[in-house]
Amino acid sequence: MIDKRVADIEAAISGIADGSTVLISGFGDVGTPFELLGALLEQGARELEIVLNNAGGGDDAIVKLLAAGRIRKVVCSFPRSSLGNPVFDRLYAEGKLELELVPQGTLAERIRAGSAGIAGFYTPTSAGTRLAEGKEQREFDGRLHVLERPIVGDVALVKALKADRWGNLVYHRAARNFGPVMAACGRLTIVQVKEIVELGALDPEQVVTPGIFVDRVVELGL
Amino acid sequence: MTGLSREQITWRVAQDLPDGAYVNLGIGLPTLVPPFVPSGREIVFQSENGLLGVGPAPAPGAEDPQLINAGKQPVTLLPGASISSHSDSFLMMPGGHIDIPLLGAYQVSERGDLANWMTEGDGKPPGVGGAMDLAVGAKQVWALMEHTTRKGEPRILERCTYELTAPRCVTRIYTNLAMIEVRDGLLVREIVEGLDFAALQTLTGAAIRLAPDCRPMRTAA
Repeated sequence: MIDKRVADIEAAISGIADGSTVLISGFGDVGTPFELLGALLEQGARELEIVLNNAGGGDDAIVKLLAAGRIRKVVCSFPRSSLGNPVFDRLYAEGKLELELVPQGTLAERIRAGSAGIAGFYTPTSAGTRLAEGKEQREFDGRLHVLERPIVGDVALVKALKADRWGNLVYHRAARNFGPVMAACGRLTIVQVKEIVELGALDPEQVVTPGIFVDRVVELGL
Repeated sequence: MTGLSREQITWRVAQDLPDGAYVNLGIGLPTLVPPFVPSGREIVFQSENGLLGVGPAPAPGAEDPQLINAGKQPVTLLPGASISSHSDSFLMMPGGHIDIPLLGAYQVSERGDLANWMTEGDGKPPGVGGAMDLAVGAKQVWALMEHTTRKGEPRILERCTYELTAPRCVTRIYTNLAMIEVRDGLLVREIVEGLDFAALQTLTGAAIRLAPDCRPMRTAA
């Protein structure tokens, strides 16, 4: 029997090793698994490399992980928040935090490549700009492209709306964002959902993330 | 010379969107465009975070906190809308599926280079978001901007001084003073009422040409 449900959030987050690369779904606050991140703070893993679109803001759980010195490197497209993120800004200015800035679509595609076992791809995005410096640039069909390498996650932390015990997922509105691509890329994919439903209750036509990509689901009611 | 207001710039842009176009809305000025689309035209607005068919802002109290645009403001979805993951959403720009991205700009060069992601040292870590993905791939890229900085310095230049978002991508520039096509240099198609070509040239950091059919810039009645 396949049953990916775990009893509580501590069980969901257990076993994440120091030095892990952790993919975190979300665009701003929307679709970000803040409860799993809170549990990661308690769990204690250190020297983490996190891959996400933004880098937290205000006093959210990402900022708390940064403030606790648990993050070694951030790979993201936009480490700014309307709520401000003075912790990130300070760590970055002091050279205590490595930042790899990646265009948003390139970030999604590098994660997709990682999930698909693809060693790299050429994209026109960022060609001829500062973000292409140090990367191979090559012309195809008269147009400059940049070689981008995959991102592979040791762990993916994802928020979805509903799951079944096989780990099939559906999302809500713009909270889908990076969830599907990151879920497929994590060697260990952990998902927090509002509701776990009976096997068969999700219409196969409507499932967005097939359960094969998911390892653990925890129901949080939110 | 202040010329058009921000709303008037976005109104002017909206008049040029053709029926049936798929249009990405960048953050800033472009998000103000949708209400000004002339009635009778169907324009599908995309937001990079996976929304196609973005509608107007929700009524107060009717917001869905998980339904936001690229600027992280609450939006609505129109009948016919769809939702994509980031992987699919970001195929739509570099892949050329979006007809026209509308992008805010700090600077545009005479050959269409765009700088809209990084200014000189505000002391904060840099952030690029989807800017570079949006600027490549589409046959047309329209930039929306103030013609000069607050200090009156030109933002349309021979060469951008800020870091580039993408080289040679902008095809048209809408400012508070003019509408300019990037076509073997800068071709002025419309100038705001009360400003002459010579005065516009002094406010522009690259040589401009006057289109034979140049006319006063249209504003809402």
